[in-house]
Amino acid sequence: MRHTKTALLGLAIGLIAVLPAAAQEEANTERLPPKAVSFSFEGPFGTYDRGALQRGYQVYKEVCAACHSADHLAFHNLMEEGGPGFTEAEVRALAAQARVPAGPDEQGNTTDEKGQPLMRPATLADYFPKPFANEEAARANNGGALPPDLSMIVKAREGGPEYVYSILTGFHEDPPAGFKVVDGKYYNPYFEGRNISMPPPLVANGVTYSDGTKATIDQEAHDVTTFLTWAAEPKMEDRKRMGFGVLIFLIALAGVLFAAYRKVWKDAH
Amino acid sequence: MSGPSTYNPKSGFEKWIDQRLPLPRLMHDTMHTFPTPRNLNIWYTFGGILTFCLAVQIVTGIVLAMHYVANADLAFNSVENIMRNVNYGWLIRYIHANGASMFFLAVYIHMFRGLYYGSYKNPRELIWIIGVLIYLLMMATAFFGYVLPWGQMSFWGATVITNLFSAIPVVGDHIATWLWGDFAVGDATLNRFFSLHYLLPFIIAGVVGLHIWALHVPGNNNPLGIDVKSPQDTVPFHPYYTVKDAFYLVLFVILFAVFVFYAPNFFGNPDNYQPANPLVTPPDIVPEWYLLPFYAMLRSIPNKLMGVIVMGGAIVTLVFIPWLDTSRVRSCRFRPTMKWLFWFFAGACVILGYCGAKPVDAAFAGIPLVWVARLATAYYFAFFWLLMPIIGLIETPKKLPASIAQSVLGDSAAAPAE
Repeated sequence: MRHTKTALLGLAIGLIAVLPAAAQEEANTERLPPKAVSFSFEGPFGTYDRGALQRGYQVYKEVCAACHSADHLAFHNLMEEGGPGFTEAEVRALAAQARVPAGPDEQGNTTDEKGQPLMRPATLADYFPKPFANEEAARANNGGALPPDLSMIVKAREGGPEYVYSILTGFHEDPPAGFKVVDGKYYNPYFEGRNISMPPPLVANGVTYSDGTKATIDQEAHDVTTFLTWAAEPKMEDRKRMGFGVLIFLIALAGVLFAAYRKVWKDAH
Repeated sequence: MSGPSTYNPKSGFEKWIDQRLPLPRLMHDTMHTFPTPRNLNIWYTFGGILTFCLAVQIVTGIVLAMHYVANADLAFNSVENIMRNVNYGWLIRYIHANGASMFFLAVYIHMFRGLYYGSYKNPRELIWIIGVLIYLLMMATAFFGYVLPWGQMSFWGATVITNLFSAIPVVGDHIATWLWGDFAVGDATLNRFFSLHYLLPFIIAGVVGLHIWALHVPGNNNPLGIDVKSPQDTVPFHPYYTVKDAFYLVLFVILFAVFVFYAPNFFGNPDNYQPANPLVTPPDIVPEWYLLPFYAMLRSIPNKLMGVIVMGGAIVTLVFIPWLDTSRVRSCRFRPTMKWLFWFFAGACVILGYCGAKPVDAAFAGIPLVWVARLATAYYFAFFWLLMPIIGLIETPKKLPASIAQSVLGDSAAAPAE
C-alpha cells in the first residue's frame, strides 16, 4: 500500500515537472483551430453562391486539378440544379477541353502508333480526368506525398469548409522560433503537425476571373472552398428546401395531434 | 390484465375470420381495449417511438441494400453513388445513418425510464431481460452497419472490435481469424457483416414481439410503481395512449428531421468520408457515440483481457438487475436515497461517454481522463452490485399512494368519474 502511494506521488511530481515542457512542444506542432470565415451556404436557409461556385470550379480546374483528383464528380454535375449553374452548352465546352482515356478503337488498338494510350475529349457523362495514372505516379511527382482526392475533402476533415479555407490561406506565416520545417515541406499552422507537403497553391492573380472579380488569395480560397463544399454535398440545397417543408408539415401535425390529445384526455384527469 | 377477451366480432365475415385465425381479436385486445395505467407520463411513449425507429431502419435499409455493394473495392463508392446519383438516395441514407443514433437515443431513455421506475421488478423480470437482449442485438447490428460504408473509421472500428476477441486466452487468435474469414479485416469480413446486418433487424423485430407479449401479461408499470387495483386505475389503450404516443412520436420525428435535413453528419466521423486504408491508422479510433461508455471502460483497464471482461460484464450485469434490487418499492419517486444514486449513475454513464470520445491520454483540468473513467466504471459496477442490494434493504421508502386513480384524480376518485 505504501509503495503504491509513493509511486503515485512520484508520478504526480513527475507529471507536474514534465507537463509544461510537453505542452510547449505540443503547442508548436498542434494545429491551430480553423479561421472563422463565413460562407453563403451556412445556416438552415444558406445556398451556394453561383458566382463563387463557377469561380471556384475555375480555381479547381486551373490550380488544384494539376495534382488532385475529384473522382466522384462528372461533367454533367456542373449543370445540375443546386450546383454551379453552367448551361449545357458551357459544360459541353468545358468537357471538350479535357482529355480522358479512350476505349479500344475499331481495330482494337488501345495505344497510338507511338505507344501512347488513346485519348479522346471528355463528354457530359465523363468523370473529371485524373491528374495521375496511379498512386505511385502521384507520389513520385509530389515528393512522396499523395494529394488526397478532393470530392469529399470538406466532409472528410474536422472543421469542414473553414479547415479547407484555413489550409489554403495558412501559408506565408513565419514558423515560431525553434520550429523545424522539414526539408521539402512547408509551414502551415492549420495542418496537423504544421509540416505540409503541399506547396502554397494559390497566388494573387493566379487565375483570371471572367466576371471581373479581383483574384486575391482570399477570394480564390473562398471560391474554391465553396466549390469543394458543393462537390462534397451536391444535394444540400434540395435537402434544406425539403427539410423546411417537412418541418412545417410535422409542426402542423403535432398541433393537430396535441388538440386531439387534449380532447381525448379532457375527462380522464 | 391479460384477462378475458372483450372482442365482439360484428359482421359474419369477422366471425368467420375469428374462428379460423383470431388476429383481429389479438389486435383488438392488445392495441384497443388493453387496460393501461392512466398515469403514464412522457417517458412511457418511447416504447412506441422505438417500434417506429425499428420500422424506419428496416424500410430505409432494404432500399439502401438495393444499391449498396458489399465488396471491399466497391462499397465506399457505392455509398457515394447512393448519395449522388440514386434518386433521393441522400435522403434515404441520411435517414438510415441518423436513424441509428435516434434509435439509441430512444432506447437509452427507455432503459433509464425502466431503471428509474423499477419496471424490471417482479413480475416484469422477463420483459427487462428480453429488453437487454434487444439492446445487445441493436449494438451488434449498429456495429455491423457502421462497417458497411467501408470508410476509415468503418475499417478501423471493425479491426479494433474484432481484435477484442483475440484477448481470449489460447483460442483468441483463432476466434478472431474465424470472425474475419481471413487473416485480417477484409472483403470476407465486409460480406459477412453485410449479411448479418441484414439479418439481425428481423431477429430484433421477433424479439420485440416477445418483449411486447411479455409486457401484455402483467401490463404496464407506471410512474408510481404500484399495481393496478381496479378498472378505475386504467384507461383503454385506444384512444388514450394511441393519441398520446402519436403526439410525442411526432415531436421525436421533428428532432429526427432536424438532424437529417440540417445536420446530417452531426453524429458521423469525418474520417469515414475517406475510403478504408489498411495501411493508414487514424490518430484516434472512436466508435459511434452510443458505444462510447463501454469503449471508455475498455480503455481504462490496462490489461486487454480484463478490459474486455469489464466491458462485457457491464452489459451482462443488466440481466441481473431484477434480483440485485432488493427494495419492495418499485418507483424511485418513493425512494429518497435511490433517486440520488440513480442520477449519479446516469451522470457516470455520461462521463464515461465523454471519456470514450477523448483521446486516451487526454486530461480534464489536469486530471487524466483515464482515472476519471476508472472512477466512473467503479461506480457503474458498485451501483448495481453493492448499492442496489444494500440500499434496498436499509432505505425507508416514502408512503405509497393508495391507488393510481386516487393519485391522479384526488380523493374524489372514490366516486367513478368516467
